[in-house]
Amino acid sequence: MRNPFRNEADAFRLVLLTVGYFGLIVVAAAINTWLGLAVFVVLTLLAIAAVMRSRREPPQQAVIRPSAPGERRILVVANETVGGEPLRDLIHRRSEGVEERVRVVCPTLMSPVRYFASDEDRPRAAAHERLERSLGRLRDLGITAEGEVGDADPLQAIEDALRSFGADEVIISTHPEGRSVWLERGVVRAARERFDVPITHVVVDLEAEEAEARP
Amino acid sequence: MSAHAEAAHHAAHPPEAHRSSRVDAPTLGMLLFIASEIMLFGSFFTAYFFIRVNGNAEWPLEPFHLPVFVAGVNTAILVTSSFTIHWALQAIKRGNRAGLQAGLVLTLALGTTFLATQILEYARVGFAPHDGAFGTIFYGLTGLHGAHVFVGLTLLTFATIRAFRGHFTESHHHGVEIPGIYWHFVDVMWIVVYATVYLL
Repeated sequence: MRNPFRNEADAFRLVLLTVGYFGLIVVAAAINTWLGLAVFVVLTLLAIAAVMRSRREPPQQAVIRPSAPGERRILVVANETVGGEPLRDLIHRRSEGVEERVRVVCPTLMSPVRYFASDEDRPRAAAHERLERSLGRLRDLGITAEGEVGDADPLQAIEDALRSFGADEVIISTHPEGRSVWLERGVVRAARERFDVPITHVVVDLEAEEAEARP
Repeated sequence: MSAHAEAAHHAAHPPEAHRSSRVDAPTLGMLLFIASEIMLFGSFFTAYFFIRVNGNAEWPLEPFHLPVFVAGVNTAILVTSSFTIHWALQAIKRGNRAGLQAGLVLTLALGTTFLATQILEYARVGFAPHDGAFGTIFYGLTGLHGAHVFVGLTLLTFATIRAFRGHFTESHHHGVEIPGIYWHFVDVMWIVVYATVYLL
């Protein structure tokens, strides 16, 4: 659950919301007692709905560990799309003249039912397989990388990885628009709002690349 | 790193403490503290609503009168102090130490004004805690909040002294952030107290 007192900015927002909430109730009650009651009920329901919605959103902020001099740490986050020329070119461009350290994070993809039941053995095993495939693909492209399986929520997975890895840049690799669930859910935009690390979005269309590669 | 080297490394430096990645320890501590505070205020509000609903009469009960205007001004002062502490935090996050110091001093001044006004209000309000359930719950709720303002001011005083000693930086300002969160909580609670006890 998102904690409104997680940081000062959230707490300040809560002050403003409280002023608005009680301000509207008091004004409505001054006009008519029943109107005040109605406004109270409506605003309270809206507040509950907002809290329920925010419970689905991941918490904010991460502690970022700086990289050593002469080193560039790149965090690649993808579910199934690690690989492809755009990603390889980007990593090579970013690590020119410095020693690159690449970490791949594959979030554990699972249904909400499995998530709430903590039934994550099979999804984690599947994520491990995807991670191994991804590391293999990167090796084929000439990039040495380490990897880990992350949280089911891609933003939480990034936050967790940033805590232990302290990346200089995060690359989010997705399918093209229209086929990517992450793009539809605004994961890239949310990551840019949430983390102080540069976020680069790479569209990887492995199917198109494979089709092009066929004779 | 070989197993031997790793063992030697761990012997010299203990491994990093494991902790939840969801929220850091000081903030979690503050959250738990505030949760307990909400329960405390909740019990007082329960008593207040019990008295009010059971009384089944106009509020405040005759012949008592609440100083709504003075308390309203006081509310504006406290809400303003939330803006100034927020400004102080934003300033230090941008490396503006003067902004941090000014924001903290202003917050302290506003908080002190609020507390002083509340004490003056007690002297002039015309009833005492022992004047029935109404007086008891009025002083109980506003006094409980006043005690929290005092604690908040104490925390802010420490933060201000540290700010003037140059203790905070752009990346290290937990000593302001935590009292800031607490101060906003105190502000939120006052808005609830003012709206329910004085206005509704």
